[in-house]
Amino acid sequence: MFEFIYNILDFLFDLVIKDIMFETYILTGLTGIIIGFAVINGVLGGVLALIWGERRLLGRFQQRTGPNRWGPQGILTSTADAVKVMFKEDIVPEEADKYIFNVAPLLLVIPVFIIFSVIPFGISLYAVDINVSALFILAITSISGLSIICAAWASANRIAIFSALRSVAMLISYEIPVGLSLVGILLICESMSVMDIVIYQKIPFILIQPVAAIVFFLGSLAEINRTPFDLTEAESELAAGYQNDYSGMKWGLFYLGEFAAAIAAATVFSTLFLGGPNGPFLPGIFWLTIKVVAVLFFIIWIRASWPRFRIDQVLNLAWKGLFELTLVNIIVTSIAVIIWTDADSNRLIYIGLANWIFAFPFVILIFKMLKTSNYQDTNKESMSYPIGSDTPKFMKEKS
Amino acid sequence: MIGFGLIKGLSVTFRNLFSPVFTVQYPDKRVGVFGLAKSRNLSILQLFKEDSKQFLYAVLGLATVKVKNEQFPRFRGNEFVWYDDRCTACASCAKYCPLGIIEIVTHASGENLQAGENYAIDKFDIGTGRCMFCGLCVEACPYDALHMGTDFERGNYHRSNLVLDKETLISQVKNPSSWFRPQFEEKEYNPWDSEISDYKEAGRHEKLSNEKIKQNWVNKRKFNG
Repeated sequence: MFEFIYNILDFLFDLVIKDIMFETYILTGLTGIIIGFAVINGVLGGVLALIWGERRLLGRFQQRTGPNRWGPQGILTSTADAVKVMFKEDIVPEEADKYIFNVAPLLLVIPVFIIFSVIPFGISLYAVDINVSALFILAITSISGLSIICAAWASANRIAIFSALRSVAMLISYEIPVGLSLVGILLICESMSVMDIVIYQKIPFILIQPVAAIVFFLGSLAEINRTPFDLTEAESELAAGYQNDYSGMKWGLFYLGEFAAAIAAATVFSTLFLGGPNGPFLPGIFWLTIKVVAVLFFIIWIRASWPRFRIDQVLNLAWKGLFELTLVNIIVTSIAVIIWTDADSNRLIYIGLANWIFAFPFVILIFKMLKTSNYQDTNKESMSYPIGSDTPKFMKEKS
Repeated sequence: MIGFGLIKGLSVTFRNLFSPVFTVQYPDKRVGVFGLAKSRNLSILQLFKEDSKQFLYAVLGLATVKVKNEQFPRFRGNEFVWYDDRCTACASCAKYCPLGIIEIVTHASGENLQAGENYAIDKFDIGTGRCMFCGLCVEACPYDALHMGTDFERGNYHRSNLVLDKETLISQVKNPSSWFRPQFEEKEYNPWDSEISDYKEAGRHEKLSNEKIKQNWVNKRKFNG
């Protein structure tokens, strides 16, 4: 895409003026601005649609109608909300660290948009093709933790700090399984570029790497702070969490960042595991859109159905469950890759079969071991309680 | 079975996704093309011919239809129905009102004394702003001239507008509620479909004959015993 727009601009420039200074620099900059404008506005439109779709779908899941007043089927509701947020008063707490307080929302939003630079929207439709883009995605997503802890620290509010501590604990724990779950794919493709992975995916990797897909999906849910891992915004415990003291457009940026992160997570998952733009008949961008919408629907469906984890349960799941699963997945996949080295068409099928037979049973095994009733039966006294809470009163009285 | 609970939860919400909506939209509701055509008793083609603008709005999902929320016939609403010709200005309602919000001013008329028009009414004000709808005035009325109303959309910007004066009571649309008026229920009158503008139609509750009272008594004993 970059070369295509660059060539068009070059042609137009030649028509108007010839021989200007620094032509390549100007053209490169202009091309970047055009691509960035298109991608960022696409994501912003997607966020507005997602907010509307989520409210509407949650309504239907609970047998309500959801917002249906403003525009056809209420589709302009989120637009009206966005306009309203822009005109709201911007309150900064007196004890806040003003500079960090203002920078934190930007730190959350900008990395999310950067992720979309390496995503291929079609087979030859991408902004940049880095040869380590899978690693790049992992690196960029972990910035959101920094933003959250900045926001909480700067607003000088202990509820916000609690929320941010939970979020960072979760992010650090889930970064490791998410990173390791990609190793299987990288071993199969022998490349770290998302473009290569997409081209290699004749069969969607969710069928070849089921364990990695489960781990990656749960991990990305935890990293974008959505249900069932939305401890950072547990309303009953922490009010609004780390964005407690934010108002006006800064709060709006946090909201935007969270929903853009949901879209980014769905896009990354559908690129790496669902085949991305690969698909028959339709152009690649339509296939990618369909897959992203399906994944987002599943995320909203989960939000409507499942309850929230406790913080100790979340960390248990990360360290005692998903981490081991990724190790099993890496061992099985690497052995399979060594056995079937030659790149014939059946290689993927063999590796997939090996994964289903040898790696997938471990999912059931490990989750059976993680069952909470196992802990409760054995040692009731040393039951782990949420971080920051003392031993409950009734237990003290007993002993 | 591990993980079955998660799938069970998902299936419950998925069933809800395709089940009918409980929301009652008020005062108007959004309708599609089919809903609009159904509300006007037309087929879709007729709707397109007669009102193509509304048809287009309905296709875009912008068309609205007024919703009339029906209540039970005995619903005590925010409006009194008063029959001028039936009232003798005895002021029983004003005496029984625990809040004293009914204000009646009369003078001797000197004509039609036999027809119960001994007093001419100058003023008949009900300050509904402080009314608690206990209905004691309606129970007290010996001539069934005052009824509870059925309207409930009476929002106002000024308290003075909440006072129902004589002219309003005479000129308003009369949909009396069947609360404490068994004669309406015998006639199977529904205040949400029809109105009773004439005082003769409203009628009075006929006293039961001795036979019927006896029968009722026997029936009651039979059920209790």
